[in-house]
Amino acid sequence: MALVELRNVSKIYHLGGEEIRALDDVSCDIHEGEFISIIGPSGSGKSTLMHILGCLDSPTHGTIKLDGTMIHDASARELATIRNRKIGFVFQFFNLLPKLNVLQNVELPMIYSGVGGKERRERAMDALKLVGLENRSKHRPSQLSGGQQQRVAIARALVNSPKIVFADEPTGNLDSNTGEAILNLFRSLSSQGRTIMLVTHDPEIAAVTPRRIEIRDGKIALKVDPKLAGLDRLHSAAPAAAS
Amino acid sequence: MDLLNAIVLGFKEIWAHKFRSLLTMLGIILGVSSLVAMSALVKGMEVGMKEALIAIGGLEKIRIEPQELPVEQRHLAEQAVGITINDVYALQASAPLVIDYSPEMRMPGGGRVSANGKSERVWNLAGVWPAAVRMNEHVVAHGRMFNEIDEEHARSVCVIGTAIRDELWGSPEEKGEEIIPVGETIYINQIPFTIIGMFQHYESEQERKKRELEALQPKQQQTGPVRDRGWGGGGGQSFVFRFKNNTVYMPLNTMWMKIRAGFVPGGQGGGQRRGPGRGEPEIGLADPRLSSLEVKITDLDQLTPAIQQIHNVLMTTHKGVEDFTFRTQEDWAENIQRFIRNARISGGLIAGISLLVGGIGIMNIMLASISERVREIGIRKSIGATDSDVFVQILIESVVIAVLGGIAGMITSYALVQFISKLAPTENTPIVTATALLLAFAFSVGIGILAGLIPAVKASRLNPIQALRYD
Repeated sequence: MALVELRNVSKIYHLGGEEIRALDDVSCDIHEGEFISIIGPSGSGKSTLMHILGCLDSPTHGTIKLDGTMIHDASARELATIRNRKIGFVFQFFNLLPKLNVLQNVELPMIYSGVGGKERRERAMDALKLVGLENRSKHRPSQLSGGQQQRVAIARALVNSPKIVFADEPTGNLDSNTGEAILNLFRSLSSQGRTIMLVTHDPEIAAVTPRRIEIRDGKIALKVDPKLAGLDRLHSAAPAAAS
Repeated sequence: MDLLNAIVLGFKEIWAHKFRSLLTMLGIILGVSSLVAMSALVKGMEVGMKEALIAIGGLEKIRIEPQELPVEQRHLAEQAVGITINDVYALQASAPLVIDYSPEMRMPGGGRVSANGKSERVWNLAGVWPAAVRMNEHVVAHGRMFNEIDEEHARSVCVIGTAIRDELWGSPEEKGEEIIPVGETIYINQIPFTIIGMFQHYESEQERKKRELEALQPKQQQTGPVRDRGWGGGGGQSFVFRFKNNTVYMPLNTMWMKIRAGFVPGGQGGGQRRGPGRGEPEIGLADPRLSSLEVKITDLDQLTPAIQQIHNVLMTTHKGVEDFTFRTQEDWAENIQRFIRNARISGGLIAGISLLVGGIGIMNIMLASISERVREIGIRKSIGATDSDVFVQILIESVVIAVLGGIAGMITSYALVQFISKLAPTENTPIVTATALLLAFAFSVGIGILAGLIPAVKASRLNPIQALRYD
C-alpha cells in the first residue's frame, strides 16, 4: 500500500465567471521512503498539488488517502492534526517566527501536539543535531544565514517525525553553494528512509531525486518511475547531475 | 496548545510591544479605577447617611409638625389651635399604634446661653419630656436626665450637649482633661438654670477613629495665631452629630412657663400667623403650642395605619382643621436610597463608558496586531495549529491585556481614592469594597473577552495558503 494514493484529483477555482482547473484529474502514488520531486513551471499547478497533499487545501473532486486515512473530505480540525503529526513543511522563505529563538521555532509543532516541556526541548535539540545547528539553539533566526535558517526549518519539519516532508523551492532563496548543501541534507535524510517531496521549477534540482513528476497545466505530463527507469542508475546518477 | 502556553505567549506579545500595550491598557486602567473610585465614594456616602439615620433615632419615628392650612381651609385659620400637649394626651388615650411620645417646645429662633463668662448660641434649645432621650437616641453620660417631678414643678434644670460644654468651658482636646459642668449654673435667656446632666459626645465612626488617632500623636505646639474654628469646632463633622451635640434640653413645663411666659410678646401676639390669640395680645399667657411632636410606633410595617390613626385623633382634637403634617424618617431613608441609586447609576454609567472605550481600544490594537501577523498565523497553521488554537491565542492575548489593565486599574483606584479624598474632604471617607474590586476585575476580563472575540475569529478563519503568501 502506497503512503499517498491520489485518485482523479481535481482542483477547480472560479475566478469571476471563469473556471480555472489548477489540477485536472491527477492520479499518482507515493511510496514510503521515496525521494520525489514535482517539477513544473510557475502556474502549472504544482503548488496546488503540494497544498492538497500537505493537507493545507482540499480537492474539488477525487480522493486522497494518506497513510491509510482518507483526507479529501476531512474537517479543518482533522487536517490541522494531520499536518501536525504526519506532515512537515519546508518553505522557500524559511517561514521561521522571528520573535522566537531557534530552539523555540523547532519546538513549535510539538506545542500544538501537546508534548511536555522537557521532552519538547530534548526532541528539538535532537532535530537540531540532525541538521548540525545544535550550537545555535539560542540564536534568533535573524542572526543566522539563509542556509542555517533553512536548516532550522528542516529541523522543525522533522521534529514530529512526519510521514512525509514537503519542500517547496527549498533552495529558491539561497545561493547555489548553500542550496547544494541543503539538497545534500535532503539526500542524506532520504537515505535514512524518510519520505521527501521537493517542489521546484528547476530541472537541475529535480534531477537530484530518483523520481520526478512533471506537471503542466494541471496534469501530470511525465512520470519518471524508478521501477521503469531503473532505480539504481538514477540514485548513482543524481549526485553526478547535481555536482 | 494548552492554556498556559497561550498565556505565556500573550505576555510575550505584550512585552514585545511594551508602549503600544501600555497605551491600550490605559483605557482599561482608567475605566476600572473610575469604577472602583466611584463605588467607593458612593459607599462612603451611604455609610455616612445610614449612621446619621440611626443617630436621629430609627425609622419608627413620626414627627408631627405644624403646617399652613390647606387652601380650602384658609378661612378657618382663626380656629386653628396648633399642636398642643392636649394632642399628646388624646393620642395616649386613643392611638394604640403609638407607643412613645415626645413633645417638644423649642425656643423661638434658637437662644443664647451663657456661663463661665462666655456666651454661646444654641442650635437646639428645647423644652421636652424625659422621653426625648429615648426618642432621639441620646445618652446621658454624666449626671441625670430631668424626670417627671422636675417636669411637674417646672424646675430650672437642664441637660446639655458636649458642644455647649466645649464652647463655654473648653473641649477635652484644648484643656487636656474632660470638664463635666454638672452642677454648674448656666444662664438661658438670662434665667439661671442648673446643669444636672450632660450627654455623651456624638460622632460618626470615622470621626471617632480620627480623633483617637490624633490623641495618640503628640500634641502639636500651636505656633501661629489661634484660628476660630466656628461652631462645633469639629471641622468636617457631620451635621446630624453636630446638631445633636449642640443641644440644651429643659423640662417642657419650664420652657413654657419660665421662658415663653417671660418672653417679650412682641414676636408672639403680633407676629403670630395663626392661633386663638391673634389680634388680641394675651399678656402673660404663654403660647402653649408645641414646635413639634415626635411619636414612635409599634412597628415599621404599621406606618401607614399608624399615621391614619394619628391623623384621625388629631382631626378630632383640631376640630377638623388640618394645621399639622407628618414627617417620617422613611421619607428620608427613601431619599437616601434614591440618591445612592442615582449616584450609582451615573457613576456606573461613566465608568462603564470608559471601560467600553478601553475595550474598543483593545479590539483596535488586536485587529492591527493580527493584520501584521498574518504570516505568523499562516506558519502556525501550516505546522498544525487548529483554528481554535489560533482563536484561543488571540483571545488570550486580548484578555491578558485587559487583565493587566484591570490589575493596574485596581492599584490606580487606590491612589485615585486617596487623591479624591485629599482634593475634596467630605465627611464620608470613600470605602473601597472587595465587591467593587471584584466587579471591576470581572468587568475587565469580560471586556477583554468581548474585545478579543472579533479579532480572534478573524485570525482563526485565515486561509493558511493565503496567509503564507502574505507579505
